[in-house]
Amino acid sequence: MQQIVNFVLRNKTFLMFILLFAVSLALTILNNSYHQSKYFNSTNFVTGNLFKWRNGVTQYFNLRSQNEALLEENERLRQIISNLPEQEIVVSDSIDEVLGMYNIYTAKVYKNSYALPNNYITINKGSKEGLKQDFGVFTSQGILGILDDVSKSYARVQSVLNTKSRINAQLKNSNHIGSLRWNGKSAELVQMVDVSKFAQIKVGDTIVTGGQSTIFPQGILIGAISNFKIDQGGDTYTIDVTLFNDMTNIGHVYIVENKAAEEIKSLDIN
Amino acid sequence: MNNNQTVKILSFLLLVLVQGLVLNHINFLGYINPFLYILFILIYPTSNNRVLFLLISFFLGFVIDIFSDSGGIHAAASVFLAYIRPPLLKFSFGMLYDYQSIKFNQIDLGNFFIYTTIGVFIHHFVVFILAFFNSELWLEILKSTLFSSIFSIVVILIIKILFSTNRK
Repeated sequence: MQQIVNFVLRNKTFLMFILLFAVSLALTILNNSYHQSKYFNSTNFVTGNLFKWRNGVTQYFNLRSQNEALLEENERLRQIISNLPEQEIVVSDSIDEVLGMYNIYTAKVYKNSYALPNNYITINKGSKEGLKQDFGVFTSQGILGILDDVSKSYARVQSVLNTKSRINAQLKNSNHIGSLRWNGKSAELVQMVDVSKFAQIKVGDTIVTGGQSTIFPQGILIGAISNFKIDQGGDTYTIDVTLFNDMTNIGHVYIVENKAAEEIKSLDIN
Repeated sequence: MNNNQTVKILSFLLLVLVQGLVLNHINFLGYINPFLYILFILIYPTSNNRVLFLLISFFLGFVIDIFSDSGGIHAAASVFLAYIRPPLLKFSFGMLYDYQSIKFNQIDLGNFFIYTTIGVFIHHFVVFILAFFNSELWLEILKSTLFSSIFSIVVILIIKILFSTNRK
């Protein structure tokens, strides 16, 4: 016993180092496992308020580009509305049914990051406003990510620029689906993998969110194909997708709740 | 609480705020950020309790991790830097360190430059290895380490020279 105590005392610096290093590694691994990153992140009260204060100063710097993005979105929506055939507007039951599946919230971005391999975005709404984990997040230009942790007043978005992100996507022209990932290299390019080789694709085609996801409604814009190659096995394509979103300049976001998500998930389990 | 401790606590808070609210958002050329906060570890007084020093370094890295949503990456790198600091000091300052008489506000800038360069590179290398955690991305790891280190060294030296109390 005496020897053990002596050993600990003699090597206390080294043992302390090993202990603290191990704790750090454990925190890193916990942070990287989805649904377990509950404890230490920027959604807490102190950093949330500090980022809020910071946002109060910096939000004015990109007002012009934010306004232009919103105007562009309004233009696009106006175009859709004014070109709808008349009877579709009158017979609105079916539309209501679809739209009724989803709740939309808006929020402001307090902290954005895109320089790391695992990026997170902090927004200014939380469980107080009804947000929960697994809600989808997008902007007027395209998809942004998925809520991965929600505190009382703030929430953290796991960005599409995160090597752990997996989002269901499809080609706009056909129904071929794939999975959206990120290789950690460029903040403009994400990768869509597992696309069937029977899909007709060409550079410039639009990629949207797929209907198989319980998180996003079908058809939210993601990006355009910039490059593609067939995988080694020869059965699937890997596609480089240029995001429509400028991930380095994000001000306002929409959050979408799929009210049927629970029901769909419970079906999947059975 | 004496004057020395107050300075330490204030510089801790100031470095955390500057790092978390300003420097983490520079993103020079899209991805290069300086990590100024390790200046605290680099110039922490030498003849002190090493276990306490490790704990403070861990806590500093941990707070930075909360600001940048990076789990425990900065905590790990900070503890690592704090642990290997004595041999690093010995290598950079030689004699001075043997006599336990390094005063960081009156040392030769050349020696401090060597010391900072090695310390920053080691710290950043650990940060980016843990951040990427993928051996296929070794090129990205080296690239990020190199560019961020250069940025950090420049910022650290500027701050050190500006705030040095010893003006001749």
